Amino acid sequence: MFSSLMGWVDARFPATKMWEDHLSKYYAPKNFNFWYFFGSLAMLVLVLQIVTGIFLTMNYKPDAALAFASVEYIMRDVNWGWLIRYLHSTGASAFFIVIYLHMFRGILYGSYKKPRELVWIFGMCLYMALMAEAFMGYLLPWGQMSFWGAQVIINLFGSVPFIGPDIALWIRGDFVVADATLNRFFAFHVIAVPLVILGLVVAHIIALHEVGSNNPDGVEIKKNKDKNGIPLDGIPFHPYYSVKDIVGVVVFLFIFALIIFYAPEFGGWFLEKDNFIPADALKTPEHIVPLWYFTPFYAILRAVPSVAGSAFAGVAAMGAAQVFLFLLPWLDRSPVKSTRYRGPIWKIALTLFIISFIVLGYLGTQPSADTTLLVNNTILARIFSVIYFAFFILMPFYTSIDKDKAVPDRVTMK
Amino acid sequence: MRNLIYLLFISLLSVSSTQLMASSKMHLEPVEIDLSDKASLQRGAKTFVNYCLSCHAASFMRYNRMAKDLGLTDKQVAENLMFASDKVGDTMTIAMRPADAKKWFGVIPPDLSVISRARGADWLNTYLRTFYLDEERAIGTNNLAFKDVGMPHVLWQQQGYLENEHGHLATATKGVDSDYNQTVADLVNFLAYIGEPSKIQRLALGKWVLLYLFLLFLVVYPMKKAFWKDIH
Repeated sequence: MFSSLMGWVDARFPATKMWEDHLSKYYAPKNFNFWYFFGSLAMLVLVLQIVTGIFLTMNYKPDAALAFASVEYIMRDVNWGWLIRYLHSTGASAFFIVIYLHMFRGILYGSYKKPRELVWIFGMCLYMALMAEAFMGYLLPWGQMSFWGAQVIINLFGSVPFIGPDIALWIRGDFVVADATLNRFFAFHVIAVPLVILGLVVAHIIALHEVGSNNPDGVEIKKNKDKNGIPLDGIPFHPYYSVKDIVGVVVFLFIFALIIFYAPEFGGWFLEKDNFIPADALKTPEHIVPLWYFTPFYAILRAVPSVAGSAFAGVAAMGAAQVFLFLLPWLDRSPVKSTRYRGPIWKIALTLFIISFIVLGYLGTQPSADTTLLVNNTILARIFSVIYFAFFILMPFYTSIDKDKAVPDRVTMK
Repeated sequence: MRNLIYLLFISLLSVSSTQLMASSKMHLEPVEIDLSDKASLQRGAKTFVNYCLSCHAASFMRYNRMAKDLGLTDKQVAENLMFASDKVGDTMTIAMRPADAKKWFGVIPPDLSVISRARGADWLNTYLRTFYLDEERAIGTNNLAFKDVGMPHVLWQQQGYLENEHGHLATATKGVDSDYNQTVADLVNFLAYIGEPSKIQRLALGKWVLLYLFLLFLVVYPMKKAFWKDIH
């Protein structure tokens, strides 16, 4: 009965073929480790954000006069509204945690290298879209940080020579961040950007399944196939990785639930204190801090001194910090993918890069002239910005001269 | 290339930035928040409606929600805690017009619904305890936590007036209610409650969700092990 029904469908739509191509006969390397949970977790968080987002829009009012109160209405008067809202607000931070770990995995095991350049590029586009999504979503609660954060970021566009002020005005739709801005950000946040994200996710996965997954050894499993053409080191994604990823999902949800139920603001890192004060165009907060996931780039922006009174150099540096990530597949000249078999220079460079990213992230949350860390924060941000860029700019050189180790033929189960 | 990096490095370092920010972080008096202490919340509610809820609104907070969460009946709330509204389903709004408030105090007293989330409980606790006499001010008082605040010392009858001696508050000039700190702690507890009434459900539900996920883990982990037993 079921098989004849599937036969009827398959004659009209490649349901079984898709199931086999992407799950039951998609052969993934058998040696995935901890770092390989974050792709499926990113999918989980995406679905979670979409579903909670849909329910939030049912009660949220994208109107400067009503937005702040409507969020509190959701928190108090809507059945389970508080849970939906915390799932969404904590989900945003969780998304970035998962994505940053996912990206780190890609760098750690050289997953961006040939033939996976497009997987990486689509992934980077997803990351850009996610940042836009988060930035516009953060305006919606219409608190002080929503307002001033948006004001600061949009003003960055204003620093572009000649056309800057017009671009900023065009983005805001008003001379300051106002109702018009809130409305258009709402439209982008709930429709435009999610559509782009969904499209890119499909492209990301199709590209991945075309070339096959990399693994912690950086070995191409398709080089060693059995007589049926199945990679010797490959196992079908379903059921092996579906049951494994479910374990990852449960562990993730446990940590996620801990935060949602016991620390939804996460000490001001996931929900900032100042955002519980309604937006006020006449009162600038003492210091304006973007949420933690933007702060590495914010620190780079602030680290670059203004040139002739324009912050454009900083904006350009911030943009360059992203562009270099896109270029990774071509900057890395090493024939070896995985850090396991790469030389000492790469390992040092990668360590410094991770340290600089984390330190910049911290500095971005602190007042720039603060001297708690013995040296002025701006000086520190400059030093670590240089390290950040050096990782990319010097990469073609140090990856060509590095002493890589021999890569095994088959994957290992370390 | 190396020169380029060098140049970049120097140019970044050479421009000094010396605008030091003088953010004096004052010591905050810690206060314990316990939303399960209904008696404390009820005392806080009483202080709130008697002293705060004429200039400040809490316009996201409903009376009947408060009744339910504080273990009171709608009737008890209507008779003892409702002076500013007549429907128990109303939110805690006030009659003072913003324009008048601006004229009288210089600022519109903020809505207190989520003030505890914006300021933090410890700050509120400190603020309410550190009013002192200041002849420079038209209202006669000032505050250590919030310099030149527009709000007078509303709870002076409970605390008495304090003098500021080089940053230390001392010698109450009038008789002090020794329970003042408790009164403030209860009020802050109540403010924390109205900041997030759903926190009560949140904390109550959390442990069950975690328990469920833990039990689920006990199922899915052996399942993974079973599927993977042949993979070496």
